[in-house]
Amino acid sequence: MIQVLLPTQLQSYSAGVSRVQASGATVDLVLRDLDQRFAGLRFRVVDEQDRIRRHMRIFVGGEAANDIQRPVADGDEVLIFGALSGG
Amino acid sequence: MTNGVRLLIGTRKGAWIWRGDSARGDWTAEGPIHLGQIVSHLVVDRRTGGTMLMAAATGHLGPTIFRSTDGGKTFVEASRPPAFPKSSDQPGARAVDHTFWLEPGHAAEPGVWWAGTSPPGLFVSEDDGVNWESVSGFNDHPMYDKWVPADAGTPDGPLLNQVVIDPRDARHMYIATSTGGVFESTDRAAAWAPLNKGVEANFMPDPYPEYGQDAHFIALAPTLPDRLWQQNHCGIYRLDRPAVTWERIGRAMPAETGDIGFTIVPHPRDADTAWVFPMDGTDVWPRTSPGGKPAAYRTRDAGKSWERQDKGFPADQAWFTVKRQAFCADEGAPLGLYLGTTGGEVWMSADEGGSWRSIGGHLPEIYSVVAAPLQ
Repeated sequence: MIQVLLPTQLQSYSAGVSRVQASGATVDLVLRDLDQRFAGLRFRVVDEQDRIRRHMRIFVGGEAANDIQRPVADGDEVLIFGALSGG
Repeated sequence: MTNGVRLLIGTRKGAWIWRGDSARGDWTAEGPIHLGQIVSHLVVDRRTGGTMLMAAATGHLGPTIFRSTDGGKTFVEASRPPAFPKSSDQPGARAVDHTFWLEPGHAAEPGVWWAGTSPPGLFVSEDDGVNWESVSGFNDHPMYDKWVPADAGTPDGPLLNQVVIDPRDARHMYIATSTGGVFESTDRAAAWAPLNKGVEANFMPDPYPEYGQDAHFIALAPTLPDRLWQQNHCGIYRLDRPAVTWERIGRAMPAETGDIGFTIVPHPRDADTAWVFPMDGTDVWPRTSPGGKPAAYRTRDAGKSWERQDKGFPADQAWFTVKRQAFCADEGAPLGLYLGTTGGEVWMSADEGGSWRSIGGHLPEIYSVVAAPLQ
């Protein structure tokens, strides 16, 4: 299983839970798995062209993932953050 | 007013619903709804008074549509919000940044809604806002790249900022854009043609181009749907169909005020009457009330003359900006008018603009104000 950290911006989808488990061999598949349980979550992180949205950040095993095809291994931790932006 | 008025207020930091009593004198606030979400438009289905849709995004998260079927008490996210089709043209492929405008469909098409987005895109829902489809007739039009140049935009991005439907014919539609001006379709959005003759675009090499204008706001006269009003980036216009050349009726505005603004509100029962709320479009475009003296202007003769209506507004040092969707009318008699400022204040007139009063402030930057009958 993959451990996923959801930022506060997405916790309305997870009933306030910040850490959830998911499965998938890529960031994309992890997000699709989450979307099955938390409908609508994926589109708020990834646009219709499968690009990570400009103000969202995803890390896999501590390394930045710039592409949703980034592989994810069983036991990895996927961290999703809202970038330092806004106002 | 029989039952009173609901004001649906979209702001940069969430939405509010204000309820006014039958005299439109006392107002109670409900909200915030989705605090922190950027709400470009909150609209109730005027055909039924039922479904309410909210166009939302945040600084971080992508755009979505929230739906309410219980008068705004609870909202559920749309299953498939507006999104362009997947493209192989990476990285320039279009992605919806935010939905800007929500429009209930024709009365003969219950459950149909239309949406305009940034970047400019037209979307339709046939199931009351749950699922949205890209409208290929505009979004994939062979002229799209000309009508929506890559470098065009507003501070909030290039916009398809309005959808207007002829109440006599569901197939007859207009859209307004910030990049190409006004377009018309007579086949329910399958084909589009520019409708900008006579409208200035003083920021273009040809100041009267076929397309390229910035149509801030368009509105049909409800009792005379052949009459179109337009508040444009470069002035106030009127077009009486089947004519195709707009007339710049803003020439009759006082020169010291000018005829620049974001929005225009037609009277629901008098086709010759409309209101504008001018802003300063000189110098570096402060977009604030000219001279710091806020006022609405009303025409009652289809734009031949304009009358200043500033009673109740601050006489000086008030620098209002009223955005495209933030000026509206109810259906009362006398007509009630409402506007929201980017400073978070809501003003109303219960006597067709004769006098104004603040009915509340301290909201975040107001993007939209929609008046609807109280249910």
